[in-house]
Order: sequence, then structure tokens, then C-alpha cells
Amino acid sequence: MLERRHYEVLVVGAGPGGLAAACIAATYGKRVGLVDMQPLPGGQVWRHDVAYGAPRAARRAIARAAAGVELLTGAQVVDAERGTLRLERGGDAFDAGHDALILATGARELLLPFPGWTLPGVSGAGGLQALAKQGLPVAGKRVLVAGSGPLLLAAAATLRKHGAQLLGIVEQAPRAQVMRFARGLWRWPARAAQALQLQAQLAGVPRFDGHCVVAAHGRDALEGVELEDADGLRRRIDCDLLGVGFGLLPNVELAALLGCALEPHGAHQRVRVDAWQRSSVDGVYAVGEACGIGGLRSAWLEGVIAAHVACGQPQRAQALLRRRDRARRFAAALAQAFALQPRVRRLAEPDTLICRCEDVPLAALDGYTDARAAKLATRCGMGACQGRICGAVLAELGRFPRGGGRPPLFPARLATLAALSESFESPGVQP
Amino acid sequence: MNRVTLRIDGTPLQVDAGTSVAAAVAYVRSGPRRSCSGQPRAPFCGMGVCFECRVRIDGVAQQRACLAVVREGMEVVTDA
Repeated sequence: MLERRHYEVLVVGAGPGGLAAACIAATYGKRVGLVDMQPLPGGQVWRHDVAYGAPRAARRAIARAAAGVELLTGAQVVDAERGTLRLERGGDAFDAGHDALILATGARELLLPFPGWTLPGVSGAGGLQALAKQGLPVAGKRVLVAGSGPLLLAAAATLRKHGAQLLGIVEQAPRAQVMRFARGLWRWPARAAQALQLQAQLAGVPRFDGHCVVAAHGRDALEGVELEDADGLRRRIDCDLLGVGFGLLPNVELAALLGCALEPHGAHQRVRVDAWQRSSVDGVYAVGEACGIGGLRSAWLEGVIAAHVACGQPQRAQALLRRRDRARRFAAALAQAFALQPRVRRLAEPDTLICRCEDVPLAALDGYTDARAAKLATRCGMGACQGRICGAVLAELGRFPRGGGRPPLFPARLATLAALSESFESPGVQP
Repeated sequence: MNRVTLRIDGTPLQVDAGTSVAAAVAYVRSGPRRSCSGQPRAPFCGMGVCFECRVRIDGVAQQRACLAVVREGMEVVTDA
């Protein structure tokens, strides 16, 4: 039998939404657990930087959580059933029972395929930012940041701070569209200030709006990229690192396993919640990016709202609902301004790998209309990432949605799986 | 800043405390990991989702290097 702990409120994901939820729940005197698979709390937007630490707001929230919350960092949720999560941490596994569960599972980057995207030196844009914060040596490296959305600017600013030589920021959205969005920013003063600060940090960095990286070249590692403008004219830029990401998509795997209703979010899915952050499953709440990409502010507010509601005091959340809605409206405007141009979904060639785990090229997936059939015939989606990368790609490319998930949520040790069949209901054999 | 010494594919390396194994691996010339069809691969998502950075750490295979922080005396094998 595994060790079993019990929390009155258990929060999954220690980004802003999860930290807010955990801190508020702790003010009710509840026993609160805060789970995250990363070694330190903060999530992605508040990720600790080995050289520069974490932002002040993050440090404050983390210090507050450390005082009243049991921090379970470096812990991976591998399975879930009603009222219990199974966690793997270090070499151990344990069960975390809970009365209320708040899912703050965040988002991952939308990483779209193009020729050369598997070369060492090519990574996500937020991915390259995260790696730089982890201590990846980027000083003096020639770096291009590409894809779409404001994350590119934040990533570029971090890379510059770490000494990278920024060759440019490549935004797929047309220049006119980006400028129109920028002109409307006065309605969101805090955002406008943030944008101006980023502009200042990125002074002198070439901007390629309406451009797309269409290929990465190199033998065993990246040597250069092919850049295409809106008219289809191409040029080559030599570089050492390319960070390329096309926005974010919600992490809904745990919510889905728990039976929470999902709803469409572009080509992807998000957890369906009501105004009080309640999912369709009693006692399970979802906040932040898991409910659709909304950014730091809405994640924080939703974490606070969910914690008040979970602790039986919804009236204390009432005043926050309008602020939350306003933050969500900003995110909607942002999504519209950086909507993907059709050409970014057509970059992959027939021999471009789609499933990076099992090395399955696009051409091998022609003719399939569902994930299961494609998986059985090609092994697409059967590798270590469990289709997290290629599943999102195929959904975005309009091929077919990612197949239904089943436990374990992440690759787990045999001992964990053995204990799982012992004390959990058998997950059974599902297609 | 505190420094930590680890070994990557047998080569001693000193990096700042708090550095991830994925970042530390970038300092050495060995590796990168080969995919199932033999292509070179390196860390991609940086946040524990894509598994491209997986390495063997102190004898335990299939560890995501981007989620692991370096420890004194750690033994990392990049293509195992």
C-alpha cells in the first residue's frame, strides 16, 4: 500500500493561479497541498531564473505559500480518481486525497512543424526562455525568436538579458494587425506600460512582422533559417539558436481524466467552468490557462475566486468576477490580434516529422481521420510525450483531434504502476 | 554563486547551483541524444512536456533533464 496523505484543498500547478488559490485556501485554516512537476514553484510565467531570481510578485506569492501551504514541487501526477491523485516524487509514489481539488495546470506552447524543426538548436520560444532561465549558455549566441504572440517579446527580453545576440523577432501576424492592436492598448493601461517596458528592453532588435520561419538548416545542429515575408520572398539568416512558438494551448489531460467536461478552444480544448470556476465535476475547480489562455492576471484572479468558493465563501469572490471578466476580454483581444495565418499550418513538407518521439513523417499520416487508427498503423503519438506535441500539431493542422487520454498521465515507474493496480480501481483496457 | 560539480558522459563539469541538467548538458560536446531513427535531438520545450531532453541520471533512465536540477556528484549519461 502506498502512503496516503489528505488535504482539505489540493491545488495542482504552482503558477500564479495555483499559488493564489493555495494562499487564499490557507487563510481559511485549511490543510492545503500545492503540487507542481517543476523543481521550484512559479509555473512558467514566474519561472525562477538561475542568474536573476524570480520577479518580485512571484517571490512574494511563493513566500506566502511557503508559510501556509505544503509545497509538493518535483511531484508528477500520474493518475487520478475521484477524491485522490496519485503522485510520483523523486523515487517515491504516494496518494494525495482531497476534499476540494483546484486544477491550475496551465498551458504549453503550440509548437508547429516545419522542415528542420527537430534539429538541435531549435526549440520553443517560451522553451528557449525557460532553458535560458535554467542556465542554458546563450551569451554571445546568435538567436532568432519566431512564431506568434507577446510571449516572443518576453522570451527575447530574457535572452537579451542573458547576453544573447538577438538577430530578430519574427511575428507571423501582419504588421497592420499588430499595430492596430498596439494602438488599442491605451484601454489597458497596465498592459500598455508592460508593452512599453518590453519595447525599451528590445530597442534595436530587428522586427519581422508578417514573416515566418519556413525552414531550419544544419547538419547535426542548427546553422541557419529560411525566413519568408508576406509576399513569399525568402532570405537566409545564419544563427545558432531558434526559439519558435505559435502561442499556447491549455493543459487539460488531468481534467479530462477526472471526467471534467471540456469545450473547444480554437483547434484545442479547455476545461469548461462556470463563473465561480467550478468544473462539471463536483468539488473540482479549474483556473487560469487550463480554462482557456487568459494570461497571468486572469489566472491569479481565478485562483482567488476558486479558493473562496471551495472554502464555502463565494460572496468573498463576488467582487473579483468583473475584474476577472475584464482580464479575459484582454486575452480575447490578444488572441484575435495574433490569430494564426493559414500559411503557418502549411509549413510541414511530406517528409517533415510530425511525431518527434516515434519519428513519423506527415506523409505517413495521410488518409487517417482519427488518432487511434493513425496510432495503430504508424505509432504516431505513442512515444514518451504521449502525443502532447504531435496531438496538438495534428489538431491545429486540421487533421484529427488528439486521442483520448488514459493513465498514467505521464510515463511512470513500474513500481508506481504496480501500486496503482493494487489500490486504485483498475484503469482497465481502453482503446 | 555556489558552483556544483557533476559528470556528463564521464566528463567533469562545474556549473552554477540551480542549473538544470538540460542546461548543463549544453556545456559539453557529447550527445546529443539520438531519436528512434537516429537523428540528433536536443531540449525542445524546456518545460517537461516533450521528453526530447531525456537522459540517465544516477542510473535512472528516461529522466527529463529540464526538470532535474544539478547536484554535487551527479552522473549524467546523455544517450542511454
